[in-house]
Amino acid sequence: MENKPTSVWTSNRFWRRSATWITGVAAVLLILLTFDSMGQMQMGTAEDIQNKVTKRIPSPVVINYKIDYVLDPYRGHEVPIIGGKTVDSATGKVSSKFEEKEKFFGRDDWSEEEARALIHKGKLTIQAKNCMDCHTLLGNGAYYAPDLTKAWLDPAWSSEGPLQAMTGANSKEEAMATFLQNPDKYPTHERMMPNLGITPEEAKAVVAYLKFMSAIDTNGFPRNFGKIKGAVDARK
Amino acid sequence: MQGNRLYEGQKLALKYFTVAIVLFGAQLLFGLIAAIQYLYPSFLFNTLDFSIARMVHINALVVWLLYAMIGAVYWLLPDEAGVEVVGVKLGTLAFYILTAAVAVVVLVYIFVQVGPGNEMTLWLITEGREYIEAPRWADIGIVAVVLVFLYNVYATVLKGKHSGILVVLMADLIALAGLYLAGMFYTDNIAVDQYWWWWVVHLWVEATWEVYVAAVGGYILIKTLNANRQVVEMWLWIEVAMMFGSGILGLGHHYFWIGTPEYWWEIGALFSALEPVPLVGLFVHVLYDWGKERGKGNSIKNIPAFAWLTVETFGNFLGAGVWGFMHTLPQINLYTHGTQWPAAHGHLAFFGAYVAIMISAIYLAVQGKAGLKEMKMTKAGWWAISLITVGVLLMTVSLTLSAYTQTMVERGMHGATWEGYFIAQANKWFVQGMGWRLASGLAVVAGYALLVYDLLTVTKKQPAEVTEGEAAVQTA
Repeated sequence: MENKPTSVWTSNRFWRRSATWITGVAAVLLILLTFDSMGQMQMGTAEDIQNKVTKRIPSPVVINYKIDYVLDPYRGHEVPIIGGKTVDSATGKVSSKFEEKEKFFGRDDWSEEEARALIHKGKLTIQAKNCMDCHTLLGNGAYYAPDLTKAWLDPAWSSEGPLQAMTGANSKEEAMATFLQNPDKYPTHERMMPNLGITPEEAKAVVAYLKFMSAIDTNGFPRNFGKIKGAVDARK
Repeated sequence: MQGNRLYEGQKLALKYFTVAIVLFGAQLLFGLIAAIQYLYPSFLFNTLDFSIARMVHINALVVWLLYAMIGAVYWLLPDEAGVEVVGVKLGTLAFYILTAAVAVVVLVYIFVQVGPGNEMTLWLITEGREYIEAPRWADIGIVAVVLVFLYNVYATVLKGKHSGILVVLMADLIALAGLYLAGMFYTDNIAVDQYWWWWVVHLWVEATWEVYVAAVGGYILIKTLNANRQVVEMWLWIEVAMMFGSGILGLGHHYFWIGTPEYWWEIGALFSALEPVPLVGLFVHVLYDWGKERGKGNSIKNIPAFAWLTVETFGNFLGAGVWGFMHTLPQINLYTHGTQWPAAHGHLAFFGAYVAIMISAIYLAVQGKAGLKEMKMTKAGWWAISLITVGVLLMTVSLTLSAYTQTMVERGMHGATWEGYFIAQANKWFVQGMGWRLASGLAVVAGYALLVYDLLTVTKKQPAEVTEGEAAVQTA
C-alpha cells in the first residue's frame, strides 16, 4: 500500500493521473493532425490537373507532362513543377502551368485509368523487389544506393547524361527501363545493382512510378538537387 | 526469486530467451555480411545481395528483441502478480507456432528473396517495406500469437496482484500490439504508405518500446538493488508521462519530407527535441538508486544484470537521445535525411535502448533458473559487456564520421544526385569510416561469443560461498 505522500510531487497517484492525461491529449492531437494530413495527402485526379489544381501527391497522369524541380523563393525551397511554371510577380511564388507535355514511352495521352494501373504495378514491383533495402524513397530506406525521390530528374539519365548513353536508348524512360532489367550488365561503379529478374512490363511500371514520385511535393527534399553539378566538382 | 522452483510462465520465458539469443547471433552475422559489402561490393553479389543481408540483419534484430520482450514479461508476470501465468499451455503453443513461422519467413527471405511485382509476392514472400518486410500471412500469424500473449498478461494480472509495473505494461502492450495493424495494408500512394509505416516504426521504438523498457527497468532495479517499489513506480509514471508526452507527437520528425504538410516541421522539431528528457531521467534514476542502496550497505544481487542495465541507461540517453537529437531538427535533417546519419543513430539507439536491457533481463532469468541469491560477474561476462559496448560505440562514431562526409559532400556539394552519391561513397573519409565499422563489428561478434558462453556457464562459475555480508563489503 502506498504511504501517505508528503507532497504532491512524490505522490504516485498524481503522476499516474498526469501520465494518463498527457498520453491521452497527445494521442488525440495526433489523431486530429492525422485526419488533416490525410486530407492533404490524398492522390490527385486528372480533373485536378485539368483545373490546374496543385496537389501534394498529384494524379498519376503527370507522367504525360514535363516535370521540373525549381526553387520557389516564396516557400524558400525547391518545389516540383508540372508542365511548365508560372511566376507570381508580386510574391515570386512559382506554380505549375500543367501545359507542357512530354512523351512517356512514345505517348503523352495516358488516361487516368492507364496511368493508375501503371503506377499500381510500379509500386507493387518496388515492394516485391525490396528496393527500399538498398535505396531510399522519399529519403527512407537503406543507404547502399542513391536516393530515388527525384531519380527521374537526375542529370545522369538526361540525354546528355552518361547513363542514358551507356544503355544506348533514345529516351530517359527507355534507358531507365533497360537498365532495370539487366543492371549487372551496366556496371556504373564497383558497387552494382543486382539482377532482380525485373520484366519489361515491371520495368516500365517502375519508371512510371519514379516519374510520378518526382512530382510529389516533399517540402524541398532533397535540397539543391543536381544544381551544383560541374561547379564544385573536385574531380574535374 | 523463488529458488529453484520456477513458475511455468518463467520456464516459457526461458524458451523465448533462448530463441532471442540465437537470433541475436543471426543479426550479427548478416550485419557483418552487409558491412563487408560496403567495402567489397562483389562479396556474395547476385547471391545474397546487400538488400537481403540488410533486411535479415534488421528483421532478426526486431524479432529477437520482441522475443526477449515477451520472454521478460513472462518472467516477471507470475513473480509480480504472485500467481502462475493463466494460459501457459496456450502460450507455449503460441511460442512454437511463432518460432516455426519465423523460421519459414527467414528461409524464404534468404532463398526466395524477391518475387514478381504482384499481390502474391506481398502475401507470400515479402512486403518490401523496410523493417516490417514480413509477408502478410506472417503478419496475421504474429497478430494471433500476440493476442494469446495479451490474453495471458491480462488474465494473469486480473487474477493476481496489480502492481504499478504490471498496469503500465498492460496499457503499453496493448498499444504496442494495436500499432502493428497500422502497417498491414497496401496503397499506391507512397506518401500515405510511409505515413502509416512510421506509426508502426516510430510509435514502437520511440514510444511504446521505451515505456516497456522503463517498466522492465523498474522491475530489474527492484530485483538487483532491492530498490523501493514505491519510488520506482513513481519514477515509472513520470517516465510514462514524459515518454508519451514527447514521443507520440515526436512522430512528426518523420513527416518533414514525405509529402506531408509543413506544420510537421514545428511539431516534429519541438516534441522530438523533448524526447531525450525522459532518457536523462532514466539514468539519473538508476544511478540515484544505486548510490542510495550502496549508502545503506546493500549489495547488488545480480551484478551482470545491473551492469547491463547501466549500459542501457547511458546507451539509451546517448544513442536515442543525443544521437537522435543531433539530426532531428528540420534545418539539419534536410541534409542528413537518407544518409548514414540515421544508421549511426540507429545502431547506438537500438543497442543502448533495447539490446542492453534485454541482456540484463536474460541474466536475471539465468540467476533465477539456478536459484542463486546473488550473482557475480565472471571474467567472460566482463569481457563480453566491454567488447560489445565499446564495439558498438566505436561503430557509431565510425558511421557518424562517414555520415558527416556523406552529408557534406553528397548533400552539401552535389545535391543528392546519382553522381553526387557515388562521389561521396568513394570519399576516403567515408570509406575509412566503413572500415572502422567493420572492425568494430568484429569486436561485437567476439563479445557475443563470450556472452553466449557466459550465459551458459555463469551460474557454475560463482564463488562457492558468497554470504550477504561478504558481498556487501566487496561491492561497497
